[in-house]
Amino acid sequence: MKEIVVLSGKGGTGKTSIVGSLAALAGRKVLADCDVDAAVLHLLLSPSLKQDNEFWSGQVAHIDPDECTQCGLCQELCRFHAIRNFEVDHVSCEGCGFCFHICPVEAITMKENLSGHLFVSETRYGPLVHARLGIAQENSGKLVAQVRQQAKQIAEEQGLDYIISDGPPGIGCPVISSLSGASLALLVTEPTLSGMHDLERVLGVCRHFSVPALVCINKYDINEDNTQKIESYSSAQGIAVAAKIPFDNVVTEALVRGVPVVEYSDGRVSQEIEKLWNGVCETLKDKVKG
Amino acid sequence: MIIAVASGKGGTGKTLVATSLALSLKDNNKVMLLDCDVEEPNDHILLKPVITGSEPVNMQVPRVAEDKCTYCGKCAQVCAYHAIAVLGNHVLTFPQLCHGCGACSYLCPEKAITEEPRQTGVVEWGHSDGVRFAHGILTVGEAMAPPVIRKVKERGNGNGIVIRDVSPGTSCPVVEAIKGSDFCLLVTEPTPFGLNDLALAVETVRELGIPCGVVLNRAGVGDAGVEEYCRKEKIPILLTIPLDMEIARLYSRGIALVDGMPQWKSSFRQLFNNIKEIVDERNRSIKR
Repeated sequence: MKEIVVLSGKGGTGKTSIVGSLAALAGRKVLADCDVDAAVLHLLLSPSLKQDNEFWSGQVAHIDPDECTQCGLCQELCRFHAIRNFEVDHVSCEGCGFCFHICPVEAITMKENLSGHLFVSETRYGPLVHARLGIAQENSGKLVAQVRQQAKQIAEEQGLDYIISDGPPGIGCPVISSLSGASLALLVTEPTLSGMHDLERVLGVCRHFSVPALVCINKYDINEDNTQKIESYSSAQGIAVAAKIPFDNVVTEALVRGVPVVEYSDGRVSQEIEKLWNGVCETLKDKVKG
Repeated sequence: MIIAVASGKGGTGKTLVATSLALSLKDNNKVMLLDCDVEEPNDHILLKPVITGSEPVNMQVPRVAEDKCTYCGKCAQVCAYHAIAVLGNHVLTFPQLCHGCGACSYLCPEKAITEEPRQTGVVEWGHSDGVRFAHGILTVGEAMAPPVIRKVKERGNGNGIVIRDVSPGTSCPVVEAIKGSDFCLLVTEPTPFGLNDLALAVETVRELGIPCGVVLNRAGVGDAGVEEYCRKEKIPILLTIPLDMEIARLYSRGIALVDGMPQWKSSFRQLFNNIKEIVDERNRSIKR
């Protein structure tokens, strides 16, 4: 079983549209939406919900006003400035429990925190594992880890060939959690200076965690000079550019209709995404062990 | 006044809006632009600032003096992040898991734990053509963006207009970057993805008690979902930018919208005036 995670560094380069289309093209697979704080893959796959599990993670401090003597020690020691006027700001509290341990009158308790939901759905492309992080919650990395674990379990139980994950933007905690130990990172970039800058950083993360990478340039015709630069940069880094997808409003039109673009149009965008999937399969055969 | 520019969904135009807003206001105001997207900072690409200073961002992580340690296990017991473990006569620390809360060193009965800095990023500052600028850069491979964001925010103390460019999403880095601002501008696009993530971002901003308004970017494609949502939720759409290949090409070359198409300056000034009116009105009603 091979796990492909789609990342980009910069947001909005087309990760989810591409994952939606790979869902329609790939054989036996499970889909995983690892962008847990802004999940949208389900909007393309018309899922029917099978399981909804609460995700309890971390703790939040609570001060009992009847017990509190307002000595101020907790406010003084909290490094996250989460206690003001002897009340805990739940958004700032990182759940470290320092205040709980040092309160001289034991007025502080740590309460378990419902920080999101983990869903398993059925789609006509195969099972989908997705999640929703609660508003202003921490621990997105842990929820991502649970999404991946659930997807892996389903893949093993059903003997599926692929896990295809839609990753989050950025390079921080949820990205690291989506990436570490995956078979291949598919990096979707765009020919803007921002896209190129961010590609370099997310590729650095792939290297850091020893995950092989493959590049796809989306909307390549917005700036063909930059596209060439990405191609030479990738080749200098020893990374193949698997596809160059043109800018086309059909991508948005398909999205508005809630279907993967390869099922909406058979134009150049769809042809390039098919080429991309073939490139992914070849890279998995050539480069990736296991 | 502090204005945060956020979005939920990535790639909707936060950087475009934040840089053009700063450049449109600089002639008549003291303006500072803070790039709080420390995972993928991009404002410097458009603003091309002269960097005049920098400072490493350090987390305070534990260092155990084994000669004082009695292996009592208190530190491991109090660490909520499993960043320190006692195994027989060994203490292991996992600095990448540490949030730097300081509980272990404070609570060690033998005073065997001190804290030492571990660099996780850098903050740089400077200026560009009348706009003061700062950004943070999270070191590649590091997980925790909020400590770097906190350091960037510290650069924005003082008077004038401070614009914070926020990372996409709704989790801790976004909350950290928006927290303490007077207004949050949410940049979105008229698609089901844009709408889904806008609604999440609105919930986040409301949780923080900060007023918000919308910039609708790439208008002309997609559907009317975002506009219907804004009407229903009584969220003002303060600026509409059409889908325009010329705008996309300028951005791709790292040229700020108002530098490439100066006619947009008045729209961004009007955007600011609208924001100011909302914030002033809110402050008046709070005082009453």
